[in-house]
Amino acid sequence: MKIKINISSDILTKPIMAEAILETGVLLNISQAHFDRSHGEVVADVEKDKFELMCKALMDRGAKVTKLDTPIRWDENECVECSACISVCPTKVFALADDFSLEVDETKCIQCATCVDMCPHNALSLENNK
Amino acid sequence: MVKKTIHEINSRIRDGSVSVVTAEEMVHIVGELGAEGAAKEVDVVTTGTFGAMCSSGVWLNFGHSEPPIKMQKVFLNDVEAYTGVAAVDAFIGATQISETLGMDYGGAHVIEDLIRGKSVNLHAISHGTDCYPRKVLDTTLTLEDMNQAIMMNPRNAYQKYNAATNSTKSTIHTYMGSLLPSFGNVTYSGAGVLSPLSNDPDYMTIGTGTRIFLGGTQGYITGQGTQHSSGGGFGTMMVQGDLKNMSPDYVRAANFAGYGTSLYLGMGVPIPILNEQIAQATAVTDADITTNILDYGVPSRDRPAVRQVTYAELRSGSVEIDGRDVPTSSMSSFKKSRMIASELKEWIARGDFFVSMPAERLPKDVSARPMKQTEGIALVSDIMAVSVVTIGMGASIYDAAKTIMDTDFNHLPVVDENECLVGIITAWDISKAVSQNKFDLVEDIMTRKVITSSADERVAVVARRMDQDSVSAMPVINKGRRVIGMITSDDISKLYARRS
Ligand code: SF4
Ligand code: SF4
Repeated sequence: MKIKINISSDILTKPIMAEAILETGVLLNISQAHFDRSHGEVVADVEKDKFELMCKALMDRGAKVTKLDTPIRWDENECVECSACISVCPTKVFALADDFSLEVDETKCIQCATCVDMCPHNALSLENNK
Repeated sequence: MVKKTIHEINSRIRDGSVSVVTAEEMVHIVGELGAEGAAKEVDVVTTGTFGAMCSSGVWLNFGHSEPPIKMQKVFLNDVEAYTGVAAVDAFIGATQISETLGMDYGGAHVIEDLIRGKSVNLHAISHGTDCYPRKVLDTTLTLEDMNQAIMMNPRNAYQKYNAATNSTKSTIHTYMGSLLPSFGNVTYSGAGVLSPLSNDPDYMTIGTGTRIFLGGTQGYITGQGTQHSSGGGFGTMMVQGDLKNMSPDYVRAANFAGYGTSLYLGMGVPIPILNEQIAQATAVTDADITTNILDYGVPSRDRPAVRQVTYAELRSGSVEIDGRDVPTSSMSSFKKSRMIASELKEWIARGDFFVSMPAERLPKDVSARPMKQTEGIALVSDIMAVSVVTIGMGASIYDAAKTIMDTDFNHLPVVDENECLVGIITAWDISKAVSQNKFDLVEDIMTRKVITSSADERVAVVARRMDQDSVSAMPVINKGRRVIGMITSDDISKLYARRS
């Protein structure tokens, strides 16, 4: 399952993710990371039954952890199958089939919301976003 | 030599013996039989395109109210329509945005709502005359209630269009969609192999009076589109059709984040195959149509071309830029373009649609000119202040405060020992530091991310950057980051005030 880890500026330089991985022995597969002076945001995959363990280890070190369990919602009635969303999605959720129909594999979605702005027909939405 | 007439083709449509194929199918037929064989075999080739067509709108006639009104301004669901003609006629344009909802709702949405049978609120005002005494009018109308609702689009169905990318370091929002930083993606528009005008680029059969598929019903080409630029392969057409018969499958409102609203419209032009030249032209493929990828990061009319591409490359899903594979997205729908070409093909095969010869062909070899500007284009160097006071990063806050008091400048660019810009400090930054009882050095409280401009930039471009970044002054720097001037929002307002 996908989780989002928010790291505030005061602990930004500490290796909290490495520590949490070492302490729990649970693997994190990082799919997106963004850091600037004010905060850090990491999206990662973790095995479902290990989530609680990892979550606790990270929270103990001051990070905020949110489950990303509602991926992108695609409204087929609004979609005109233009393919605008394809080139902006970082994880290749969208693809065109041989007959130019849009295929959506929402399990890959990391909820970055880039496609929500891109879609000219308001066919894409995120629960926590729009 | 094959020679057919429109009349012959139409009698075959009437008796059901017509041979009609889509422009995609025609590629293979010409490949197999050659142009002459294909011209014998095929009577009509259908094309189709479905994409954003901003230059679209509808003429509405509302009928007269009691007592009557000569509308001076009219709003449909809060979107203004143009009514500078007779009393109760108005043109609702696709990109006009709502007075209350802004970019979320526009003329395109009014048009789609009308087609979907929804009622829209009409609000009109007038100064009142002896013959039209009413001054205000409010009512709700559906498409049914209008006398006429005639779609009339000044410029549709570009022959081909430039592809777009972005060289800058941040995402930009354009009518070509979101363009990711550092050439992160490429977007394009147009149906390539199915594109109406690309299948008859010499306009042998296309012009005023050509009957077409428009928004799911029959429409007509009324002539060349505005900005028609056939010389460079950017022909366009002006079209007309009855909105009352259109279908929401082919007329869809769109929102481009940060740009506004537009109308996605489906259109298809039938090309009667009168001879082998026409047959040959309709064999055009995606690989034969080239366009440029332009850098939309450059805010100019003359956007530089990053490279040339074919529609085949664009359609493949990625193109190479500087040795990197960059993903591509179509903004128009190829699937819908195909549906349109097939539907038009069916209409013709069924005997419901007849081809026509234009009264006049679209003009060839003309080019659209850029605007003549009589005011000249103001550059930052024309209006920037050249006497600038800077302050060293090691100076104290007290020094900075004193400099501001002595010089009357509100913004002090902060420089390092080499006189290069490293930050900016304002009177407000100083007050804030003092109020928090902080008496550090300038470098501790300065803003490090300075929004700057260069002397040769256009004022209009810099004004927009000031707006977006909510700053009221910018240091003007040279290539070596030395401060050579200062430009403020006051300077800019004065410039425009002088002109108006
Ligand atoms: S951008 Fe929107 S309309 Fe276009 S294919 Fe994606 S979901 Fe559909
Ligand atoms: S939010 Fe959209 S762009 Fe982002 S990962 Fe999900 S599908 Fe892709």
